[in-house]
Amino acid sequence: MHQHRREIWVAAAIGVLFAALAIARPEYFSRGNLIDLFLANLAVLIIAAGMTLVILAGEIDISVGSAFAVCAVAAGVLAKAGVPTLMVFAGVCALGALVGALNGSLVSYLRLPSIVVTLAMMIVLRDALRWITQGAWVQDLPSDFQWMGLSQSAYPFAAGLLAAAIVAVLAWSLRYTAAGRLVYATGSSRDAARLAGVNTSLVTLCAFASLGALTGLAAVMNAMRFNQVPANTGLGLELKVIAAVVVGGTAITGGRGTLAGTVLGVVLLGAIGPALTFLGVSAYWERAIQGAIILVAVAADALPRHSQRYAAQLRQARA
Amino acid sequence: MTQIPLLSASRITKSYAGVRALSGVSFDLYEAEVHALVGENGAGKSTLIKVMTGAVAADSGTLSVAGQPVAAMSPATSRALGIAAIYQQPALFPHLTVAENIAFSLEARVPWRRIDWSRRRREARDLLARVGADIDADRLVASLSMPEQQLVEIAKAIGSAARVLIMDEPTASLSGPEVERLFEVVARLKSEKVGIIYISHRLEEILSIADRVTVLRDGTTVGTQARDGLQRSTLINLMIGRELSAIFPKRTVALGEVALELRRVTCRSAGVQNVSLEIRSGEIVGLAGLVGSGRTELAQTVFGLTPADSGEVLVHGSPVEVRSPSGAIDAGIGYLPEDRKQHGVVPEMAVDQNVSLANLGFVSRAGLLDRARERRQAQGYVDQLRIKTASVGSEVESLSGGNQQKVALARWLAIGPKVLILDEPTQGVDVGSKSEIHALMQQLAERGLAVLMISSELPEILGMSDRVAVMRGGTIAGVLSREDATQERVLAMALGH
Repeated sequence: MHQHRREIWVAAAIGVLFAALAIARPEYFSRGNLIDLFLANLAVLIIAAGMTLVILAGEIDISVGSAFAVCAVAAGVLAKAGVPTLMVFAGVCALGALVGALNGSLVSYLRLPSIVVTLAMMIVLRDALRWITQGAWVQDLPSDFQWMGLSQSAYPFAAGLLAAAIVAVLAWSLRYTAAGRLVYATGSSRDAARLAGVNTSLVTLCAFASLGALTGLAAVMNAMRFNQVPANTGLGLELKVIAAVVVGGTAITGGRGTLAGTVLGVVLLGAIGPALTFLGVSAYWERAIQGAIILVAVAADALPRHSQRYAAQLRQARA
Repeated sequence: MTQIPLLSASRITKSYAGVRALSGVSFDLYEAEVHALVGENGAGKSTLIKVMTGAVAADSGTLSVAGQPVAAMSPATSRALGIAAIYQQPALFPHLTVAENIAFSLEARVPWRRIDWSRRRREARDLLARVGADIDADRLVASLSMPEQQLVEIAKAIGSAARVLIMDEPTASLSGPEVERLFEVVARLKSEKVGIIYISHRLEEILSIADRVTVLRDGTTVGTQARDGLQRSTLINLMIGRELSAIFPKRTVALGEVALELRRVTCRSAGVQNVSLEIRSGEIVGLAGLVGSGRTELAQTVFGLTPADSGEVLVHGSPVEVRSPSGAIDAGIGYLPEDRKQHGVVPEMAVDQNVSLANLGFVSRAGLLDRARERRQAQGYVDQLRIKTASVGSEVESLSGGNQQKVALARWLAIGPKVLILDEPTQGVDVGSKSEIHALMQQLAERGLAVLMISSELPEILGMSDRVAVMRGGTIAGVLSREDATQERVLAMALGH
């Protein structure tokens, strides 16, 4: 029970928020608003699922915002060139996976710190994109690409099904497959895992590549919602994604966390902004409150662990 | 001597988590004296040094500096009282210059103050000249060789007006002429009335440099003797001194065929040179040697962590190419690492997950974990090894040291190994678990496993091994049969006499 404490607290916070909204502003739960909320946070959700893998493995990737932009522009270009939608999905996911694999191999085989590698990748991708597009948006996407070729009202259901499937498969894999176990082992103690014969470099590489592929998928799903792809899309996305994962209880040092927690983190951080508007709080407070949530979540994690460690020391001293 | 000692420790006692490291140790040092401190690994030398420098607090006993008792020794007070220590690995700031490093211990820590660079350099140059070191004060410490760094450490210590200098294995990484030069510095310091505590495994050095020698054994002082008339053999006897007190559950097993054969195995990066060794099924071979003799490095080479550059490894007669730990596991070689908390177990994971980590294939089908099977497997080992845990789902972190070690061992038994390398299997383990682990080793040997056991504890080596291989300088200095292996012989071989 205590190992899922964070998930329970975040769920409780969401419950309180929703209860307050249900009393004060029931229109928050209108069908239209909920669908808008979902679509606005779809990319964050999908990428956060991948980010959970990378952070569980003890690494971090701050280049996802830039990779998202590159993938979105690539999706737009491919779609305009008349490539079938399914092939756009496949191609862009492969492109994202390639970027992730590049990050992953630099981290695991050259033993470079992931924050530095992905910081460099973030800048390189963003500026390369700016240089290639010259800031121009990809416009007039073909109509059979938009909304996945579905109607605007059917798309949210399809997207919801897809996102749910991805989250479910990843959550299940982390819990019930040998591969998932290796991710936790690598993130908990890289040295101990290596000494148990785990190929920690390969695990890290795969985590990064999966995150990349999911970033590509999120980029395509997002591009479908509009008639054009802005060249500066995805700015600051990495921060939203990492914040959601951390609020969801995944330890930034790796080895601990669940995908359910990440989903709850995305819901809490995604719901709070519009909720504030509905409750009449100035929109200027949105970011400050999101920041405060992150601090509270991390501090709540650290305090009991300190006291547990202290208790363990006491036990050992007495023994 | 009627003088007042520079430093005296009397009846010092210190325990770590219930394990007694020092009990009633007394030691004193006079000015212009080199007082050597010798003892086996784990005899309590480092702990005594830590108490004297204030790195750890003694549980009882008194420390006096120049006759004045010191109530609470801390690193800051010990520095202020003129006690300085230099260790085997110099503790300097590699990216600062020599002058800056020396200034760090010399100059008062005032946060806002103009730095007088020319004075800094001048002082550094003077100090380096006093220890006879020809080193440019503007060089970065990272660019200095090991002996040069040591001289900087000594200069630093003298600069802080140290009256007591503790040298912990200062010659471990020095070559012959470098040792000579260090001895000249020591003689110079002696003439300046500095008292020196000198710790070394190299007995010939001690006999040539020390004025007095104190021998520690199992956390107690065996005796302090003047160097004159002291023989090397006397020293070795004093260091060992004890009878095998513990009873080891060793029974001789009918040996099978050769399970592990190393042929001229070399790994230059790990410092393993030309090691040849055979271990037969049912045999326990003890791997003895001093700290730094290459025992763990050899184990890690065989296990594929630092793959061998040349030589052959054969398991049951067939050559195996071990390039990684998973390769070693496939070949049937298990390795229980030395540092349990860092390497042996994944502390945040549950007992069952730790047990299955090296053989996930056994508890999964097509990549899918069979959690019931995983739990059953772990439960089997919990019963067999008598691991005390609330459940197989408890985090390993919550277990005691001895039980964590059994979990680590269970992981390797679960791969069904042919060869098991145990690196300090009972280090930091309570007495009860220790004898259980010994009994288990015996059972494993009876089941036909070949066991290579690294240990710094001579009684354990002699008590559990069929044969003892002694390492020195990255290679096997010699192999002794159970009958021939005595503490004196093993230690003499490890020391190179």
